[in-house]
Amino acid sequence: MRNFEDVLAAWPVANRDEIIEKTTRIDVLRTLDKAESAALSPADFLKLLAPAALDVLEDMARRAHELTLRYFGRAVSIFTPLYISDICTNQCRYCGFNAKNKQPRRHLSVEEAAAEAFAIADQGFQHILILTGDAPKLASPQYIADVVKRIRHRFASVGIEVYSLSEAEYKSLIDAGVDSMTMFQETYNPELYAWLHPAGPKKDYKYRLNAPERSARAGMRSIGVGALLGLEVFARDAFATGLHAWHLQRTYPGVEVSVSVPRICPHEGEFEVAQGVDDRQFVQYVTALRCFLPRAGITCSSRESANTRDHLLPLGVTRVSAGVSTAVGGRATEDLHNPGQFEISDNRSLEKMMADLTALGYQPVLKDWEDPVVRESAEH
Amino acid sequence: MTASQILNFYGKAMEDPLIIGGEQLSSRLFIGTGKLGDDALIPRIAEASGAQVITVAMRRVEKGQKGIMSHIPAGMRILPNTSGARNAEEAVRLARIARAAGCGDWIKIEVISDARHLLPDGYETARATETLAKEGFVVLPYINPDLYVARACVAAGAAAVMPLGAPIGTNRGLRTKEMIAILIDEIDLPIIVDAGLGAPSHACEAMEMGASACLVNTAISSADNPPLMGRAFGEAVKAGRGAFLAGLGAVRGRAEGAVASSPLTGFLR
Repeated sequence: MRNFEDVLAAWPVANRDEIIEKTTRIDVLRTLDKAESAALSPADFLKLLAPAALDVLEDMARRAHELTLRYFGRAVSIFTPLYISDICTNQCRYCGFNAKNKQPRRHLSVEEAAAEAFAIADQGFQHILILTGDAPKLASPQYIADVVKRIRHRFASVGIEVYSLSEAEYKSLIDAGVDSMTMFQETYNPELYAWLHPAGPKKDYKYRLNAPERSARAGMRSIGVGALLGLEVFARDAFATGLHAWHLQRTYPGVEVSVSVPRICPHEGEFEVAQGVDDRQFVQYVTALRCFLPRAGITCSSRESANTRDHLLPLGVTRVSAGVSTAVGGRATEDLHNPGQFEISDNRSLEKMMADLTALGYQPVLKDWEDPVVRESAEH
Repeated sequence: MTASQILNFYGKAMEDPLIIGGEQLSSRLFIGTGKLGDDALIPRIAEASGAQVITVAMRRVEKGQKGIMSHIPAGMRILPNTSGARNAEEAVRLARIARAAGCGDWIKIEVISDARHLLPDGYETARATETLAKEGFVVLPYINPDLYVARACVAAGAAAVMPLGAPIGTNRGLRTKEMIAILIDEIDLPIIVDAGLGAPSHACEAMEMGASACLVNTAISSADNPPLMGRAFGEAVKAGRGAFLAGLGAVRGRAEGAVASSPLTGFLR
């Protein structure tokens, strides 16, 4: 079986750039017509990412809106992240948790993490995403599993967004009750990746690239991928991200694949955004993803403003976070005012998010899946 | 005349109920609950469409009677579904949770292990049907219109079969018409066309063919006015049923219609 590394290698950047360059407005419109009733190929997706598509952005939006309505209706899932440890051995140049950043760090005990999680459950959240820095000795797979086991009964779904793991480690976390994982490749350009990640375990590009597939083989139910927009030339990472999700869908048809669309924002340190993605390109990305992967969930984080997030719902976004803090602690344990991983632009609480979604004609969905085995065991 | 009656050849009222699991239904339209912007629309859609059966995804049902369940009108038959299940085991567990949650004994089996097309897995569906039928559930399996799968579901104890008209959510109509016609001919259980019906005319067409009922969700929930679309589907299903019972006239095809003389058999005259 070909892994994603091979699939991506079959799409040399020069070939992609050539297709993008040749794409005309008419090509884009034809592709949008095709998307009405047929599956798009990766080459079609590439056309939707071409500058020519910006001329027909409203047409892109119309098609994306129609497909979103068809497959997701007016339902939007809500989750919240819980950072349980920000100690990190990596030196990612764009990240607030960069090991070189001199700042207070915090690692919650299992009981402290549980207290934070229960405070989240008390707010009404049923889907939670557990995050850690990359310090495998301290925030070990065993530690993460212990936290998950401790909190599992209070949530319908527990996801993880942590460093890359082995297949056996993913399996142990699934056994502990994890049903979804998110893995941001950050960039699909290996040279750029090497420069951005000068030290720490995350330096291993290929180990990270193939992590989603290891988790799929371990039996992960739901997998999210994403590039951090702003690092690489827009269309290159946008295409690779869509291709990654497409490959996972085709290779592991039982897995629910979703795409996250994080756009880089300033952090604790100084990082110059080399390839800033403007709002029009951002809309182009979301609508192109929707046309290429009509049934895939699209997650938009609180890095984006409330206004942007609200306007992206009709265009394809199906999952949003609320009540977000990217710092460790502060809900049920002491708030040490540690800096977060990144600055958030949308501070809406769960209650406010639900009210706003309702006002926009959307139904907030707090529970979209619950493992029946976990539920049965919780009830007995 | 009651809702389940129709006029016979002589203008007299006669009963035409749909019987599933021993229960008599007068409406042949089943509706869904997913994809709506506001669950408070559910009772309005139910009333406008006349539907008596409503399907609910257990994956979205919260503990207690919060959320979706609180919007379902009393007296409607709830058809919980196992959406999200990827194998028979998960579907069976979801069915049991539905029953324990007070949703009754009816269950629509949905086993889907293909996130790209959301097509049902016939083998796992038949397996789940067998287990649940033995446990006393009234099982309605959602299937591809495949004769072998349908027969397996019959053998497994299904109360009806629910073949798809087109991939779910596509609104593309009766793309699987020929295959559904075969099921209608061969399977001695109610055939309920589920998924893909995008317009009332599609539902009407399915009923004209002799389908026993239709389940419609996306086309209603994604309409600008879901209750009005619900009513349109309700009327279309009735019209199609009436046409089926009345007996449609034969359609003359080009080959037979256009030729006045009989060049090959004329010598017999």
